Amino acid sequence: MQLNINGATHDVDVAPDTPLLWVIREELGLTGTKYGCGIAQCGACTVMIDGVATRSCVTPADSVSGLEIKTIETVEDTEVGRRVVEAWVENEVAQCGYCQSGQVLAATALLSDIPTPTDADIDGAMTNLCRCGTYNKIRAALRSVSEA
Amino acid sequence: MGVLDQISRRLGQAPVNVSRRGFLAGSGALVLATALPLRPVRGQETAAEAPAVEAFLELRPDGTALLRSPFIEGGQGIFTAMAQIVGEELDLAPENFSVEIAPAGGPFGIMGGYRLTGGSMSTRTGYPVMRQLGAAARAMLVEAAAQEWGVDASELVTEPGVVVHEGSGRRAAYGDLAAAAMDLPVPAEPALKDPADFRWIGSALPRMDVRAKSTGRQTYAIDVEVEGMLLAALRHAPRLGLTPAAVTNRTEIEAMRGVHSVQMLDGAVAVVAEKFWQARRAIDAAEIDWTEGEAQWPMPADFSSAGFRDTLASATGEVVEVEAAGDAAGTLEAAETVIEATYDAPYVAHGQLEPPSATARFNEDGTLDLWMPCQAPEMFVGAAAAAAGLEASQITLHQQVLGGFFGRHFLYATANPFPQAIALAKAVGRPVKLIWTREEDFLRDAPRPLGLARFRGAVGPDGPTALQVEVVGEGPTQRWYQAPPGQDPSATEGISGKTYAIANTHIGQIFHANPAVIGYWRAVGHSMHDFMYEGFLDELAQAGGLDPFEMRLSMLSGSERHRTLLERVGEISGGWTPGPFEAEDGTTRARGVAMASPFGSEAAVIAEVSVDGGEVRVHQVWVALDPGQVVNPSTVEAQVQSAVALGTSQTLVEELVYENGEPTARNFDMYPILRPDQMPQVHTAIVESGAPMGGVGEPGLPAVGPAIVNAVATLTGQRIRSLPLSKHDFG
Repeated sequence: MQLNINGATHDVDVAPDTPLLWVIREELGLTGTKYGCGIAQCGACTVMIDGVATRSCVTPADSVSGLEIKTIETVEDTEVGRRVVEAWVENEVAQCGYCQSGQVLAATALLSDIPTPTDADIDGAMTNLCRCGTYNKIRAALRSVSEA
Repeated sequence: MGVLDQISRRLGQAPVNVSRRGFLAGSGALVLATALPLRPVRGQETAAEAPAVEAFLELRPDGTALLRSPFIEGGQGIFTAMAQIVGEELDLAPENFSVEIAPAGGPFGIMGGYRLTGGSMSTRTGYPVMRQLGAAARAMLVEAAAQEWGVDASELVTEPGVVVHEGSGRRAAYGDLAAAAMDLPVPAEPALKDPADFRWIGSALPRMDVRAKSTGRQTYAIDVEVEGMLLAALRHAPRLGLTPAAVTNRTEIEAMRGVHSVQMLDGAVAVVAEKFWQARRAIDAAEIDWTEGEAQWPMPADFSSAGFRDTLASATGEVVEVEAAGDAAGTLEAAETVIEATYDAPYVAHGQLEPPSATARFNEDGTLDLWMPCQAPEMFVGAAAAAAGLEASQITLHQQVLGGFFGRHFLYATANPFPQAIALAKAVGRPVKLIWTREEDFLRDAPRPLGLARFRGAVGPDGPTALQVEVVGEGPTQRWYQAPPGQDPSATEGISGKTYAIANTHIGQIFHANPAVIGYWRAVGHSMHDFMYEGFLDELAQAGGLDPFEMRLSMLSGSERHRTLLERVGEISGGWTPGPFEAEDGTTRARGVAMASPFGSEAAVIAEVSVDGGEVRVHQVWVALDPGQVVNPSTVEAQVQSAVALGTSQTLVEELVYENGEPTARNFDMYPILRPDQMPQVHTAIVESGAPMGGVGEPGLPAVGPAIVNAVATLTGQRIRSLPLSKHDFG
């Protein structure tokens, strides 16, 4: 099947229901997208599909053929993504960092859609888990972008 | 003997220069190591060994430095802190350092001949060694310049990265002096800076790893790629002690796409395949017959955590004394107001977001390379050597940055995947990366032990007069390092080691073996025992008609440090206000207070809660933390945020339940951890009392739970003695 990932078309030979996560990690070798739980609980595997933050661990590859898939490796290709990354660096959000690819993409998707989100918007969009507990810094970094 | 005693024996051991010319192939770098780990095992004090050649510090001709950190980075910021400390004494800006994890073996056992990353020990044990290392290197660079210029070293000063002769205005960059400095002797006692002159220690320097971790470029063990490797997934027996008898559909499984083979392991079945997802799909399809086998800690088929809690509650046996003062029994006997209570805390899972993995590769010469997360490299190499039937010297361990740890990556026998990866690599004759699914991690994690303590206390008009506590159970330090009951801090800390003046006290441990494979969880015994003690302390205050904050202050009259800290947390919260009171948003709230003395530091916490729809909501947490002295305040603040998050999480929602010998939760759906919308605001005050440097990673955690629970009692009248709060109804 053909997948459009990070602006390029890739021919991948996998079982059609292979989770997108494992196509990205194992077929394309892009390891910035993380496996955390495999059941769409934690969000470490978040990618953007047609601009929407999506948990790739439960997304069958054949369901997204023809859609635009974007991973953390190209997040800085957009202005919003660049600003989110800079805010993450400036605020020193990451601790262990394992969840942060997903957090950055979730924030980028939110801010691309709603440049000045309400608290309720943020609560609704930023649901990825972080075991290090960087939640307050995540929100501060996100706010620093939306209020800039 | 405590770890700190062992460390004190290290003091006075100086770095040595291991950079003979020719080493590092004429790179011209100044290379410093220390002789520290060469302390022979007792009874083996034979001829002095040659210094190991692995270097702590390499100063390169381009003026940059490579520092090998004895401690692994897992988000706590230790690489940055180490660069700050060495850079301070070396007089080289920390941004000029690259830091990597020091390999297993070599001169890196700076904790008295060994090292591990844990116990909130890294900065406080690394601090004196790293200062000495930096100062020694600086002195050698200065001496090299002095010889070149024909002046006395005392006439020279340094600016960051440069030696300067103020009289003549001559200057030489460190990188240009490194080669000449290489042949000089290492000063035994280089002069250390006056802390008043510190340029970087004590500053909120940015963490080195944040950009890589914000762009997906940081790699972890799970991302390791080795040429020619196969991927493996496995299914463990539902309980330890069972082992696979047969895979009844083995032929079918082995015919699945990408599958290399099905492998029978001790207590598990693995599928090896070209890709992990293929292995995962195949192992999920496997039909396995399990049979009784052998295990060091077999899990009884009828084991339940609820039943075990009841067993501990009624356990009798020898009470081994941990602490005693005055006459607790006699005072309780005679006292007018005596209360009793039993407290318990559940098993909790580490839940680090990176699932465990290990990659093993046997080389043609019979040696073995391993890639994995670990908090204690030398111990892991030893265990890997035993598993592989090799000598430790035949194993190369490639330690990986940790995707969270919280105690998960110590050596726990059945909780570590690397012995299985070794067995699989041996079986298939190719490198193998084994990844445990989240479900297998929950099944074989080494959780914090379920803990229980029985309290009796007497209170008078001026405060508690007697306290008697029996802590029942087993701590991880007895399990893994054979600390006997009464001498295992992990079994009682947080009930023992408190600071309050109670004239008549008896703290004892009743040992009761835990059937689960238990482990260290962030803040270890403190993570639950301070909840129990500080909750009961509030019960005593209530029984005596005393305010819990004022009562604590009066019990700390002998310690200025603790009074200061408690007063400080009161101040930053706007003054002690227990409530209940109505907040601006119309919710009714209350506050609770608690303290803890964990890992060489002191903490005081106030938490503010409300109840919403029968559930407790934590709005704000104020933390005053006194680690004595601070290297990087921004890292400390981040660690407090993190500790508050985990402390709130375990208090509100975490509980690993066992039924029929198995954990009922195998993923985050059935084992919730703190969500973003449950995170309280955190307000931190760092108090540098000047006391000996304490830990930072864990000390913010233990007082959070009891502060929350005490606030809940004030708000609802319900005294919670069993965590988590989510199993109680506050409707």
